[in-house]
Amino acid sequence: MPAFLFWLFAGVMLVFGALVVINRNPIASALSLVVCFLGLAALFISLDAFFIGIIQVLVYAGAVMVLFLFIIMLLDLRAEERRRMNWVAFTGGFVVAFSLLVQILAVISRTQMAKQAFPPLASQQVDDVRNIGLLLFGNYNLPFQIIAVVILVATVGVIVLSKRQLR
Amino acid sequence: MTTLGDYLTVSGILFAIGFSGVLLRRNVIIIFMALELMLNAANLSLVAFSRFRLGDDGLPNYNAQVLVFFIITVAAAEVAVGLAIIVALYRARRTTNVEDINSLKF
Repeated sequence: MPAFLFWLFAGVMLVFGALVVINRNPIASALSLVVCFLGLAALFISLDAFFIGIIQVLVYAGAVMVLFLFIIMLLDLRAEERRRMNWVAFTGGFVVAFSLLVQILAVISRTQMAKQAFPPLASQQVDDVRNIGLLLFGNYNLPFQIIAVVILVATVGVIVLSKRQLR
Repeated sequence: MTTLGDYLTVSGILFAIGFSGVLLRRNVIIIFMALELMLNAANLSLVAFSRFRLGDDGLPNYNAQVLVFFIITVAAAEVAVGLAIIVALYRARRTTNVEDINSLKF
């Protein structure tokens, strides 16, 4: 993939990721998150992970974000009114997040491995769906079945939680 | 030419954005979206390492991509449960602002 496409998609992803946090309106945040996930899917595909990229679009940008939008509309959330900001908490949170970012970047800049380019693939034909499927149903068969139980439990839990008389 | 460090940097910045969202925002739904951002930042670095560390056959290391698949699946289930909890909370307290939800018992 040309380098400018990487920077284009990474830039789009980071700008819209920041908009998720900055926007006051929850609907605008959710739609920014959709664009952010689409940029991330493009980055996955640039890393030859076609299956993960498509799953990202289908599951995240499709199903999960529709769920988010649905709940925002169900609760009828408006843009938050300006509240008196707790400046101590705000500055503290910002400093903690910023120092985390500085530390991550420092560790990456010190790592020798991070300066190397990606090695070329053995063949241009990447049948990753087949390989992931073989691993899922072979090596990772038990975790795969546990995931199925997790989803079943989540479904039951959501139904119990959404009953009107919770108490 | 893009290096592994470029992808890790983008992933780190995305994680920091999500982390700052969790710390700075007051709306439960926005906090939840910021959590999704952090999960996806972790996924990006996993896929970058999967492409960087080729297996013996010269193909990407698919163990990492299976892990990303599991993360996406669990995250989808987690979003469903979390949003159901938020709806139940909203029914009980009529608010999604975390500053108004400050008692363990109501």
